[in-house]
Amino acid sequence: MGKTMKNLIVGALVVGTTLWSPLVTAAETEIQFWHAFSGRLGELVAAQVDEFNAGQNDYTVVASHKGNYSETLNAGIAAFRADEQPHILMVFEVGTATMMAAKGAVRPVSDVMAASGAEFDENAYIGAVKGYYTSTEGDMLSLPFNSSTPVLWVNRDALKVAGIDPDIDLSTWQNVGSTLDLLKTAGHECPLTTAWQSWIHLENLSAYHDVPFATQDNGFAGLDTELALNGPVQVKHISAMGEWAKEGKFFYAGRRNEGGANFRAGDCALFTESSAGYAGIKAEAKFDFDVRPLPYWKGMGNAPQNTIIGGASLWVMEGHEKAEYTGAGEFLSFLSSSPIQAKWHQDTGYLPITTAAAEATRAAGFYDANPGTDVAVIQMTTNTPTANSKGLRLGSFDQIRGIIDEELEAVWAGDKTAQEALDNAAERGNRLLRRFEQANR
Amino acid sequence: MEKRVTFRGWLLPLLLIGPQIIISGVFFFYPAGQAIWQSLFIPDPFGLSMQYVGLGNFEYLLSDPYYRRSFLTTGIFSTLVTLVSMLPALFLAVVADRLIKGAGVYRTLLIWPYAVAPAIAGVLWLFMFNSRVGVVSWYLGNLGYDWNHVLNGGEAMGLVVVASAWGRISYNFLFFLAALQAVPKSIIEAAAIDGARFWRRFWTIVVPLLSPTTFFLLVVNIVYAFFETFGVIHTITAGGPQQTTTILVYKVFSDGFVGQDLGSSAAQSVVLLVVVGALTVFQFKFVERRVHY
Repeated sequence: MGKTMKNLIVGALVVGTTLWSPLVTAAETEIQFWHAFSGRLGELVAAQVDEFNAGQNDYTVVASHKGNYSETLNAGIAAFRADEQPHILMVFEVGTATMMAAKGAVRPVSDVMAASGAEFDENAYIGAVKGYYTSTEGDMLSLPFNSSTPVLWVNRDALKVAGIDPDIDLSTWQNVGSTLDLLKTAGHECPLTTAWQSWIHLENLSAYHDVPFATQDNGFAGLDTELALNGPVQVKHISAMGEWAKEGKFFYAGRRNEGGANFRAGDCALFTESSAGYAGIKAEAKFDFDVRPLPYWKGMGNAPQNTIIGGASLWVMEGHEKAEYTGAGEFLSFLSSSPIQAKWHQDTGYLPITTAAAEATRAAGFYDANPGTDVAVIQMTTNTPTANSKGLRLGSFDQIRGIIDEELEAVWAGDKTAQEALDNAAERGNRLLRRFEQANR
Repeated sequence: MEKRVTFRGWLLPLLLIGPQIIISGVFFFYPAGQAIWQSLFIPDPFGLSMQYVGLGNFEYLLSDPYYRRSFLTTGIFSTLVTLVSMLPALFLAVVADRLIKGAGVYRTLLIWPYAVAPAIAGVLWLFMFNSRVGVVSWYLGNLGYDWNHVLNGGEAMGLVVVASAWGRISYNFLFFLAALQAVPKSIIEAAAIDGARFWRRFWTIVVPLLSPTTFFLLVVNIVYAFFETFGVIHTITAGGPQQTTTILVYKVFSDGFVGQDLGSSAAQSVVLLVVVGALTVFQFKFVERRVHY
C-alpha cells in the first residue's frame, strides 16, 4: 500500500493519541510504551511506570493503552509501517512468531540490554517462561512481562451443597468426570465452564501430556511446521468435553474469558482459567474457593509434564535513537527487578518471571497467607520442559486459534465429532501456516 | 426543443467538475488501484518485504470452502436485512400517515433508533440475548426454548439480522413517510369514489407511486447490509459460530487485521469491488426499469 496515504492515516491516529498522553518535560528522553491493559491491571502498570519515572531524571516512560491484545499488536504493526512505532510494544504470546519473523522491525532484548549496560541476567528467569521468548540460538528476544498458566478453580460451597467433599481429589480428568456426574445428579446447572478453550484444552493439554501440538518442536525448529493437534490425547479429551457438553455438565460461555462471570457469580462449580484470574475471583467471589492444578488424563502421554504460559512479553522496536534504547533497557531492567516482580505476582496472580521474585514472595509468607497461589508456579516448574512443552511458535496463530474455536464450538453444539473437528482444524490451520511460511521466506 | 447551456472554453467546466474528480480520485480510484496492486503480492505484516504471486491470492481464496460459503452467507444476510428493515418501515409509515393526533410524537420516537451507533446497537441486543443473563433469553427459557446464539448458527444469524435492521427501520420509515405524503390526495379520493377499498388503492396507486423511493431504499439498504453492518457483527458474534455470520466484509477485516494477511485481504477487497459493481449494474438495468418516476 502507498506509504503516503497510510502515513497520513496512521499519523492522524498517532497525533490523536499523543494529545491524550500526559505532558512531559522536554529535557528528559521519552520512551513510548504501548500496552494492552485496562481496568485493575492498567492501574498496576501505571503505578509501575510512575515509580520508574519518579526514581530517576533521565528518562520518562509514557505508557499508552492501545486496546486488547490483538488491537495492541495491530496498532504496533500499523505504526511501524508509518514509521511511528513505540519503543516498547506489548505483544501477547500468540503474536510471538509474527514478531520473531519480523527481523528488521524488532531489536532483541538481549542486544538492548547489552548496549544499555543495565543489569540483566537471562538465567534469572524461570526456564519455562524464558524458553518461550528465546531464539533457537539462545538469545532472549523479548522480555517476559505477564505470564500465566491455566489452573482449575473450584467453588467449594457448590461442592458442599451437592454433598461432595470439597477436598475431593480433582487432579485427573477421570476424577473430574465422576465429580461432574455427582454435581449433575445433585441438580447443579453449571458443573464446569472454561475460559480460553484452545489455550487450555488443546495447547496446554498437549504440553501437559508431553505430546506435540505441532510438528518441528511446536514450530520452534522451523516455519515448515504442521499442526498435530488431532492426536489420540487431544481427541480423547475433546470427545469427553463434548459428551459433558451434551449431558449439560460442561457449559460453554464463549471464546475468551466470558465464563469467568459465571464462575465469579457462583453459578459454576468448576472453572478452568488462567492463574491470573485470581485478582478478579478474589475481588468478586462471595463463596469459598480454592485453586487446584490443571487436571490431566491418568495413563495418557507423560502427564503431568508441565503446562505452558500465556500472557504477553515486551518487544523493543527498531528505528529509534541510541539514548532512547538505553532508556528502554533501564526500564525493562526495572520491570524485572525482584520487588517489582514479586508485587506484580502477588497483586495479579501472574507468575513471578524470575526465580528471585518467587523466592521473595515465599519468604514474605504470601503463599502461606493465600494458599493455592503457588499452584501455578509449581505446575510450571516441577519438570524440565521438553520439546513438546517448551511452548508454541506458530505464525498466524491468532487466526489459527479462531479456527480452533470454531471447530470446538461445532463439537460443543454436537455438529461434529471430536475427531472430525480436530482433523478439520489441523487442515485449515495448516493452510495458514503455509501462507505464513511463504510471506516470511 | 431542449434548452442547453454550453460553456465556451475549458477553464470554467474544469473548475466546476474539478472538486468531484479530485475527491473521487483520492478517496476512490487511488485506494482501489492500491488494492488491485496489492492483491498480486504476499507481503509480510510489517511491510519489510513482499513477494509477487500473480493471481495466487485469488487461487488461495477460491480454493477455501469457507470463503465460497461466505458469498452465500452475505446473500442471505443482506436479503434478510433489507426485508426486515424495509417491510416494517413501510407498515409503520402507512400507519403514521393515517394518524391525525400525536403524529409528531409518534414519528420522533420512531426515528430515535437511527441515532444509535451500530456497535452500540450490537451491544444492546447482545445483552438482551445473552444466553446466561439476557432478558429475552430468560423469557425464552421460561417458555422452554434454550437460546444460545454462541453455538447455534441460525440463532446467531437471526440476531445479527434483527440488530442490523433495527436502526435502519427508522431511516426507511422517514423516506417512506415522505413519499406517502407526496402521493396526491386527489388520485386516492378519485379511486375511493370509484369504490376502491383501502388495499386495492394501496396496491394499485400507492405502491407504484412509491416505487422510486422503494428502489432507492433497496439500493441503499443492500449497500448498508454489505458494508456498514460490520460493527454489529463484530460486537455480537465476531463472525461465528463456525463462520455462519462471516459476511464478505467481515472476512476482509478478520484476515487483514486479525490475521495480518494483507495480500488475501486485498484480493478480497477486489472481489468485493467486482461484486458490488455487478450488483449495482444489475439493479439499475433490471430493477429500475420497473420503477415509475
